[in-house]
Amino acid sequence: MTVTIGAPQQGGEQDAAAVPEGRRRFQPVQGWGHYAAYVGITALIIYCLAPFYWMLVTSLRRPTDTFDTNIVPNPISFQNFVDVFDPKNNFAIALANSVIVAGITTVLVLVIGTFAAYALARLEFRGKNLALGVIIATSMFPGIAMVIPLFKLFTDIGWINTYQALILPAMSFALPLAVWNLTAFFRQMPAELEQAAMIDGCTQGQAFRLVILPLAAPGVFTTAIIVFVAAWNEYIIALTMTNRADIRTASVAVTFFTGTTGRDIPTGSIMAAGIILTVPLVIMVLIFQRRIVAGLTAGGVKS
Amino acid sequence: MATIEAPAGKKPPPTTNRAVDTRQQGRLARLLLTPTMLVLLIVIGYPILAGTYQSLFSQSQGVDESGFVVQGDQFVGLDNYAAIFSGDSGARFWNAFYNTTYFTVVTVTLEVILGVAMALIMNRAFRSKGLIRASILIPWAIPTVVSALLWRWIFDANGIANDLLGTQVLWSTDGAQAQWAVIIADVWKTSPFIGLLVLAGLQVIPSEVYEAARVDGASALRQFWSITLPLVKPALLVAVLFRILDGLRMFDLPYVLVGQGKPSVETVSILAFLENSNVRFGAAAAYAVILFLYIVVVAYAFVRLLGADVIGDAKQKTPRPAGRRRLRTVAKGDMP
Repeated sequence: MTVTIGAPQQGGEQDAAAVPEGRRRFQPVQGWGHYAAYVGITALIIYCLAPFYWMLVTSLRRPTDTFDTNIVPNPISFQNFVDVFDPKNNFAIALANSVIVAGITTVLVLVIGTFAAYALARLEFRGKNLALGVIIATSMFPGIAMVIPLFKLFTDIGWINTYQALILPAMSFALPLAVWNLTAFFRQMPAELEQAAMIDGCTQGQAFRLVILPLAAPGVFTTAIIVFVAAWNEYIIALTMTNRADIRTASVAVTFFTGTTGRDIPTGSIMAAGIILTVPLVIMVLIFQRRIVAGLTAGGVKS
Repeated sequence: MATIEAPAGKKPPPTTNRAVDTRQQGRLARLLLTPTMLVLLIVIGYPILAGTYQSLFSQSQGVDESGFVVQGDQFVGLDNYAAIFSGDSGARFWNAFYNTTYFTVVTVTLEVILGVAMALIMNRAFRSKGLIRASILIPWAIPTVVSALLWRWIFDANGIANDLLGTQVLWSTDGAQAQWAVIIADVWKTSPFIGLLVLAGLQVIPSEVYEAARVDGASALRQFWSITLPLVKPALLVAVLFRILDGLRMFDLPYVLVGQGKPSVETVSILAFLENSNVRFGAAAAYAVILFLYIVVVAYAFVRLLGADVIGDAKQKTPRPAGRRRLRTVAKGDMP
């Protein structure tokens, strides 16, 4: 504190309470910074939420009011949400497909990825940096370059319009993501944990299974959310590997909605479908926001 | 101990145990990594090889009535590549190549500026942190396709964008305005993500550094340029690299927001996808190979030129540097 008292006025808010009497006249400067921060925060929140809000508002209008530009729906109607599930849209089936594909992808990737991440975080072996390099390089691979040869392969072996044709390619981006996140989590855990377990007679494998894995559960769970979001949002694989409405995932199905007349775009239903597709993720985000942020930033920052 | 007879340069006593240990760990590591590597071999390794092979063949244009391809691959060597770089398809390719690069440069630049600004704002926030964090995660959580549909609606001729701006722009048809629609949508979705990464970097910087700078009379701007930016740089570089590579493979957003067959937003990924849909597998694979090579070159150049530390904290765990080991050997009196 002695340092800051003598310092030129640039103080942050945390010092405000401790500022001695003589420096009160500088408060307007701090006040400005304060207001600027509030304005910035408000702008930030509006920027992030306004488009999402517009989707919500449009979905809650009556289909005949779609082009209304009021910022609140008047009257509120759930007709769009009813229309989404019209059998011609196949949306319920598509949602089920999305849950199946994203769910299985997440589970598979977590099981395989946990092994790899443990090895990368905890074991000393030759070629570790090479393995890490390979995994990070694969996450940069362009989706289209994977989809085209696999489409031909899957056509030849009759896998088009099957779940495995959607799940296996999805692992190409989900697996590096999972390994990367899990490695960061395992690294954060103190090595003494396993050492203690091994002194007590555990093998390295048992130490992992009985000590590390239960303690890493939050990290595994966070990774599961991040991977699930990525798999749920996947588009190009699902678009390429399917040509029947009953196997499409929701993110593809929503682009195939048709209106009552040929060229009419059913915007209200599309916005309602967008809300349905997004809301599970938004709820997860609201509940687990702190963990997700920790997970998303784990790979990028060295602390 | 037996190590007294051990040749000079060998590690000190406990390492005999550790050497065995390391060998065991190596075996365990190989076992644990096998499933991951196997999957990556199938979904990445195979496509690289098969795609390159496929790009050397041409398909006779036949499709039977049920929509299945009639057999007839012919080996054409590099003809597919030659076709991409010449004539009409050449012009189309260079346009797509230009669009891909243009989108990447513009979106990543805007995202970095906005992302850093967001991080600075979030770092100043002392209240309602939960609300800020939740709202900043929402663009990230919205599926790209949904965000494309949403922005298509916002940029509709009768949509809210024109209404608010008082204009009559046909955003999602074609031309520069369509490009900007794509850019705005992309920046909206991903700059919060960069903001989060930068924020995490910011929070690692100890406040003493800023206090010292203040003592020395550094202005806020100076503090930002000389302290914040250099210290956030490693985190930012990795984020930028990943955003660049994401930008280069952009597909969903222009494809859904504007549509196919619009020259102003056609990217290399879209071009390859359309060729694939037209059962011109050879040409599609050739486009994909070119895109892949382009990405490899950009990633390599980025890591080389800017020194982005992609593997990151892995290096903390690698065996201790040779210098230190030698020093300890000397201290033990092992020098010949």
